[in-house]
Amino acid sequence: MTQVAFYGIDTVRVRSEEGLLPGRLFAIEGTDGVGRSTQIQHLRTWLESSGYAVIDTGQRRSALAGRGIDEAKQGHTLGPLTMDLFYATDFVDRFENQILPALRAGFIVLTDRYIYSLMARAIVRGADRDWVKQIYGLALKPDAIFYLDIELDTLIRRILRRGRFDYWESGMDMRLGPDLYESFIIYQDMMLKEFRHMATEYSFQVIDAQRSIPRILAELQARMEPLLPAG
Amino acid sequence: MERYGEHHFPGRLFVVEGVDGSGKTTQIALLRQWLVSEGYPVFFSEWNSSPLVQRTTKQGKKKQLLTPTTFSLLHATDFADRTEQEIIPPLKAGAIVLADRYIYTAFARDVARGVHPQWVRQLYQFAVKPTAAFYFRVPLDESLKRILGSRSELKYYEAGMDLNLSTDPSRSFKMFQKRIVTEYEKMVDEFGLTVIDAMQTITEQQMLLREIVRPFLRGLHRDRQTHAGRWLVTSIANGNEKTGRKRKAENAQ
Repeated sequence: MTQVAFYGIDTVRVRSEEGLLPGRLFAIEGTDGVGRSTQIQHLRTWLESSGYAVIDTGQRRSALAGRGIDEAKQGHTLGPLTMDLFYATDFVDRFENQILPALRAGFIVLTDRYIYSLMARAIVRGADRDWVKQIYGLALKPDAIFYLDIELDTLIRRILRRGRFDYWESGMDMRLGPDLYESFIIYQDMMLKEFRHMATEYSFQVIDAQRSIPRILAELQARMEPLLPAG
Repeated sequence: MERYGEHHFPGRLFVVEGVDGSGKTTQIALLRQWLVSEGYPVFFSEWNSSPLVQRTTKQGKKKQLLTPTTFSLLHATDFADRTEQEIIPPLKAGAIVLADRYIYTAFARDVARGVHPQWVRQLYQFAVKPTAAFYFRVPLDESLKRILGSRSELKYYEAGMDLNLSTDPSRSFKMFQKRIVTEYEKMVDEFGLTVIDAMQTITEQQMLLREIVRPFLRGLHRDRQTHAGRWLVTSIANGNEKTGRKRKAENAQ
């Protein structure tokens, strides 16, 4: 890490254990369907061909809570606070067991979403802003946060191309509209507003994601390169 | 989201706290029977019992995947589910909710595990503040005698083996319990816990509990009075109540 810093209380006690983490942590953020995972695949290939050891991680991929979240989402009793905390459990399990060990070993960590998506989702669902920030205060500040920015109209066109509106991506658990399409518009609009609100607070590097995949990738590479460890 | 102390519901929330072997489960079961016999609608919520989270916790413990922080978060998730499903709706409807262990259990155990005290308190900010919280105070020697005497084997996390205090489970358990008691004692003033001397007889403790609870019941909806009170006293004397251990053992089967 270029520097070891936290947003709040370092309850995992990362700081006391080590002065320096030789790896790098890059967060790729952005709303559903914006193209994060495609970019991460390309970045990974690029970094590995440059000789870096890379791991990537993303939501619900923890050994501890990934399956439990999936099962909870299948039912009809998952409340918003429970979902917030289940995802926080998943995040911290990956933070302690995937991200930190990789950073200690000098890996480049690419994380498909970090705490910002989790916070945005919780806040949009009525969680207290300070409460959410305090929980995720344990997270390391990444070396860079790349936010893939998109307009709602473009996002809708991409979803249409994909051919399916997802229940959760449409915020249907909140019954924001009479159907998936109308709910999607209201929900994603709320999410985009929340992300833009965070962009300043957390110094996101805003990447225009309306462009083609190669052009977005080129900008990500150009911004990432100076932050990579030498050699 | 309303924060701790900000909720205003017509119902009442009573919680019992204390180390394993303090007798709190016996007491809350007796309180429940009394309240039911008095005609009040009573709901009950038990620590670490959410059907949504149960399997994850069980697997996490079995495979020893839990760190102090994820242990803490998983129990908070469990508690959130019960708050959303079992605690808030009946309180809104004007019922009595009884909880066997509450957020103070998390504060005691998680901090004993090394979680930052302020962080875990903030984590539980969504919790409803209880009408009254009873802390069953028992000398450590006595609770250890009650638990270790009745048990052949201690579980890994229960004994605090994840803290590497000792390789001997019962020695580790003692050291872990001692830390937990220290945390409980700090919380008596911080959260205004009502201390009950758990060395008194079961009947004495129960009479005291009812005396403290009674004034809070004014204005609550209740069905016509029943006459189960007499049966209850007999039940106490005969020791028919299940302890926390007995119930857990039954649930496990």
